[in-house]
Amino acid sequence: MSTILPLTLKDVAVRRRGKRLLGPVDLTLDPDGLTMIIGPNGSGKTTLLRVMHGVERLSTGTATWAVPEEEARHRQSYVFQTPIMLRRTVADNLGYPLRLLNAPRAQVNARVRHWAERIGLADRLSLQATRLSGGEKQKLALARALIRKPDVLFLDEPCANLDGASTRDIESILQTALSEKTRIIMTTHDLGQARRLASDAVFMLHGVVHERGPASRFFGAAQTAELQAFFRGDIIA
Amino acid sequence: MNDIYEGLVSAFWLVVTLDQDLMQISLRSLQVSLSALVIASVLALPLGTFLAIRRFRYRRLTISLLNALMGLPPVVVGLIVYILLSRSGPFGVFGLLFTPTAMIIAQVIIITPLIASITHQAMRELWAEYHDLLISLNTSNWQRIKTLIWDGRRNLLTASLAGFGRAIGEVGAIMIVGGNIDNATRVLTTAIALETGKGDFALALALGFVLIALAIGINICIHWLSRTEREGRW
Ligand SMILES: Nc1ncnc2c1ncn2[C@@H]1O[C@H](COP(=O)(O)OP(=O)(O)OP(=O)(O)O)[C@@H](O)[C@H]1O
Ligand SMILES: [Mg+2]
Repeated sequence: MSTILPLTLKDVAVRRRGKRLLGPVDLTLDPDGLTMIIGPNGSGKTTLLRVMHGVERLSTGTATWAVPEEEARHRQSYVFQTPIMLRRTVADNLGYPLRLLNAPRAQVNARVRHWAERIGLADRLSLQATRLSGGEKQKLALARALIRKPDVLFLDEPCANLDGASTRDIESILQTALSEKTRIIMTTHDLGQARRLASDAVFMLHGVVHERGPASRFFGAAQTAELQAFFRGDIIA
Repeated sequence: MNDIYEGLVSAFWLVVTLDQDLMQISLRSLQVSLSALVIASVLALPLGTFLAIRRFRYRRLTISLLNALMGLPPVVVGLIVYILLSRSGPFGVFGLLFTPTAMIIAQVIIITPLIASITHQAMRELWAEYHDLLISLNTSNWQRIKTLIWDGRRNLLTASLAGFGRAIGEVGAIMIVGGNIDNATRVLTTAIALETGKGDFALALALGFVLIALAIGINICIHWLSRTEREGRW
């Protein structure tokens, strides 16, 4: 199966109520690896991710995949910053994306069981998902995003509010996905995590890509004063 | 005071002996209100859901209209339906005035805006919750509506029950369009009004008991539903 990448953003801008939230951004995502998007609160990370996924209306510019839009949409998944739980059981939440595709029941059940075990919820398949703890909801949202085996996975701060053990669980799931050639684009506020996972990184500031590069240079030899300051933990105006 | 006491006692006996008049009137009440409920739900549930998830030109206007209709005094609805159905009115040829059908029509007009409005409110909240996920998963319109209706089924049932509660206790409109005719269009509320006027407290009270029992029953249902919603058992 051919990949849907590269994704090319050209002269993309998002304006809402006269305010520019994002752009102008020109960016190309190559077929492999994990791209980490970092930056201060409100710098436009979520907006950029939503633009890439195609769920944010562009004010100018274009975002194009290597395949037609319709096909590309079917082969990507997105995990939102605050997990969205359907008012259904854990099992029904996990199986929902497959059932939308009319997958055979046996296949749905098998994958649901596999993923429930992977995220440690196998004993709570019939619990209402809305009653899970915050961290469990985040894991469920990740598993639900991976259950269709997407080519591209977008994650908006998947480990926010998680403890060390849960963060390790999620990183291990992401590593497995990477080794199975899933392309990952994610945001994080955890610089340690950024270093552990990234193959390349993007630094967002005031709605534009301020610096971008392969992980080794990005983390080892930041070019701009702002990124150096961000790594030091300074507050950037 | 004595009248009322004797009334209470004989009302009790009317109920426990399943008095024929009482049963007939109660059943007619149920028949009219349940018919109105089914028709109104078929109209209002999809309408309310549609208003919640689709943006279209006259959406705001439609919602305002719905809310205005919800505040219509039933007596006025009765009057309008009367005029429309009366011999000289536009629908006079069907001869529906003073039949249960006329009462059902009036009740449908009264409760459809109520059910649609509650549905709209509930579905709007659910849609706000689900919106991003359903868009991200590339769902079709039809899949969205199915998902919302299924996951919002408890709210929809609550909306319908609220409509039923309003219908069964309504008196003004059905008095006008039904005419409160014995053995034909007499229902619980109109019978209570009549018997009270005549001073027959026993029958009036017995009818009142049945009506109250129905109202409490509905409220228990609504309460139970909202409780199971929180605990999420179905
Ligand atoms: N619809 C909107 N109208 C106006 N402003 C908006 C709208 N949506 C987002 N914003 C603003 O756009 C800016 C960028 O938001 P975004 O969510 O992309 O930031 P972020 O980098 O993800 O921040 P965080 O690290 O806090 O998640 C914020 O200042 C936000 O308030
Ligand atoms: Mg964000």
